[in-house]
Amino acid sequence: MAHQLTDVSVMGSGVSEPLELRVSPGKIGMWVFLAGEIMIFGGLIGCFVLLRLAHGGWAAEGEHVNWRIGAFNTLVLLTSSMSMALALGEARRNNAGGVKICLAITALLGLAFLGIKGFEYSREIGEGFTPWSGLFWNFYYMLTGLHAMHVAVGVAVNSTFLGLTARRGLVSTSALHLEFAGLYWHFVDLVWIFLFPLVYLSTNVK
Amino acid sequence: MAQVAVAHAAEHELGFWRKYVFATDHKVIAKQYLWAALLMALIGGLMAAMFRWQLAWPDASVPGWGPMGPQDYMVMVTMHGTIMVFFVAMPILLGAFGNLVIPLMIGAGDMAFPRLNMASFWVFLVGCVVLLASLVVPGGASPAGWTGYPPLSDKVEFTGSFWGINLWILGLALEFVGFLLGGINFLTTVVTLRTRGMTMWRLPLIVWQEIAAVAIFLLSVGPLVAGAIMLLLDRVAGTAFFLPHRGGDPLLWQHLFWFFGHPEVYVIALPGFGIMQEILPVFARKPTFGYRTIIWCTVVACFLSLIVWAHHMYVSGIDPRLATPFSIATIAISIPFAIMIFAMIATLWRGSISFETPMLFSLGGLVTFLLGGVTGIFLGSDTADIYLHDSYFVVAHFHYTLFPVVFFAGFAGIYYWYPKMFGKLMSETLGRVHFVLTFIFFNAAFIPLFMVGLAGGPRRIYSPMAYDLLKPLQPLHVVATVATIGLVLGQLPFIVNFVMSMLWGEKAAANPWHANTLEWTVDSPPPHGNFAHPPVVTRGPYDYSMPGAKDDWYPQTAPFSGQPQET
Repeated sequence: MAHQLTDVSVMGSGVSEPLELRVSPGKIGMWVFLAGEIMIFGGLIGCFVLLRLAHGGWAAEGEHVNWRIGAFNTLVLLTSSMSMALALGEARRNNAGGVKICLAITALLGLAFLGIKGFEYSREIGEGFTPWSGLFWNFYYMLTGLHAMHVAVGVAVNSTFLGLTARRGLVSTSALHLEFAGLYWHFVDLVWIFLFPLVYLSTNVK
Repeated sequence: MAQVAVAHAAEHELGFWRKYVFATDHKVIAKQYLWAALLMALIGGLMAAMFRWQLAWPDASVPGWGPMGPQDYMVMVTMHGTIMVFFVAMPILLGAFGNLVIPLMIGAGDMAFPRLNMASFWVFLVGCVVLLASLVVPGGASPAGWTGYPPLSDKVEFTGSFWGINLWILGLALEFVGFLLGGINFLTTVVTLRTRGMTMWRLPLIVWQEIAAVAIFLLSVGPLVAGAIMLLLDRVAGTAFFLPHRGGDPLLWQHLFWFFGHPEVYVIALPGFGIMQEILPVFARKPTFGYRTIIWCTVVACFLSLIVWAHHMYVSGIDPRLATPFSIATIAISIPFAIMIFAMIATLWRGSISFETPMLFSLGGLVTFLLGGVTGIFLGSDTADIYLHDSYFVVAHFHYTLFPVVFFAGFAGIYYWYPKMFGKLMSETLGRVHFVLTFIFFNAAFIPLFMVGLAGGPRRIYSPMAYDLLKPLQPLHVVATVATIGLVLGQLPFIVNFVMSMLWGEKAAANPWHANTLEWTVDSPPPHGNFAHPPVVTRGPYDYSMPGAKDDWYPQTAPFSGQPQET
């Protein structure tokens, strides 16, 4: 059987070095998961762009979104990405208090984003622009709605980490697990960076 | 590695539920996928026999069902396609064999994420239940075809099926989630858990094919998930993504569906090829011809598979200038597959071939796939496809590509790894009877359909007798139906063999086929954690009949200087 092979000559006959794990399985799994997510959002954004190019007349519908609110929300989400990155740095410095503060800020900014988005939706619906008022609004509500669901999941994940850190402090795997949560959070942020100009700005160009 | 092994040693004390139902052991999950897939295959096969009955003897009473109206006919065709592609092919080839062989062949104790693996099976199983539930909801199951083209699938007014199509979308979504989780697991496991000495260039070919398949699945399924969200919103939330009279575009769905749908063919075909490529060298007692070439062909085929989808849409109204590049890409993708088939034939060349059941099924799969591949070149060329599109020629073509990789290769894999899965040998006699019946009846069922298609017989017609043009083709439909019924009945020896061997079969040795790969170095069935100590790999997987050796096989763990050990 294999385990009896301690013969040195075997090691010299083309056997490669033992496989060193430089990357944790969890991180590879996370990146593969994000690749799948990118293809989902990529598909939706691709549809939006292609249909707009193929069928004109959307600019009129798109003029009614409020780009100022969108820009403010972009700022909120970008700031939350910064606090998420700071949380990881605090975890690596083994500073549990810093991690808790940064995670709390990240989660609150995520909630603020959702609140502002909800306000925006209610304003638009009040003006008569419902999810079925036309193809632009179909896309608008689907794209931003799916993104908002991802933000909500991120807020839940970050709050869970906040709770865990508050209860049992930092453990040896905290920094690694925070990194996975951070990857997800930055991904959600990045999707918004694509959505904001596509949905808010390109439709306002005269 | 060590942690996984320890975790599994502890699992011996687990109760029935954790051991067999909510199991995290990859071997148990593989069996769960296999059972679920075989059950779904039975349902899908019986549906095929029923709608074939309607095609051979239109408006006659179908045994066990009664007269089949057009609605029932369309539901049967739709569900047959959906079940066979998503709930049979993928769970057998990826769920069952991927889970079984990947950790064993790379020398790992289990998958990288055992609990994620369990979740993948249970999400998939809920998908099965949701899909089957759609058969009994008010309004009936989806009659919109397995491709679910809008506008037909978009509004309840067009089909009368509201919950049926909603549940169809939901069932597929759950299936996708299940295989996304499984795919993340496969890729991570192969990247991180290979044992000492198991370099990427010593991986058995099936491991390469499995991870290539899940990689293109992960890359291609996203846009279809996007499409499914839009279709569901159209149906339940009043949006109009695919409704042309309100600004939407039904062609968009076809692009999204086939951007996934065509790579899906290779998601299924590559693991099927992998099984054949494992079995051929073992029963030809020869090294695989062109190991590295096969791997590079797999990689090239994966890239090309992402840019051929519009060959399903030549007559849908796309710009004809777009058709030509897709024709070229489609015909180009036959090159890597042709090389792989040549490599398999060259593996057999001057081998010392023995015809055990796994070998018979592999050879059967190779021969029938050739016919499927060659007819694919007809359909990939836009000019020929304009005539052949949506005819029975297409039906025969894709059954000649999918049946060999799902059923011939799938059965080959079951006969080959059954001793490893269940610790018992299957009956060779029953296996050979099963092969002969399957091979004859499969060809007898689908060669007539090539002829129907070439004569202009369109598919998805409820009654061929409704058109004078199609009446002369009716005898061919009768032949195809009789053979389909024979094909379904021909599976009885397999079911008997599968169950009887499990109960009363002869106990299997660790390496009954004298094969090289790592799964044969451990007991049949392997214990929890698979390997008592992590094996050390010294060579590639196909060192058969090496000059100067005493035995004609070298396990992957055999030292270079010594002789292979008795197993």
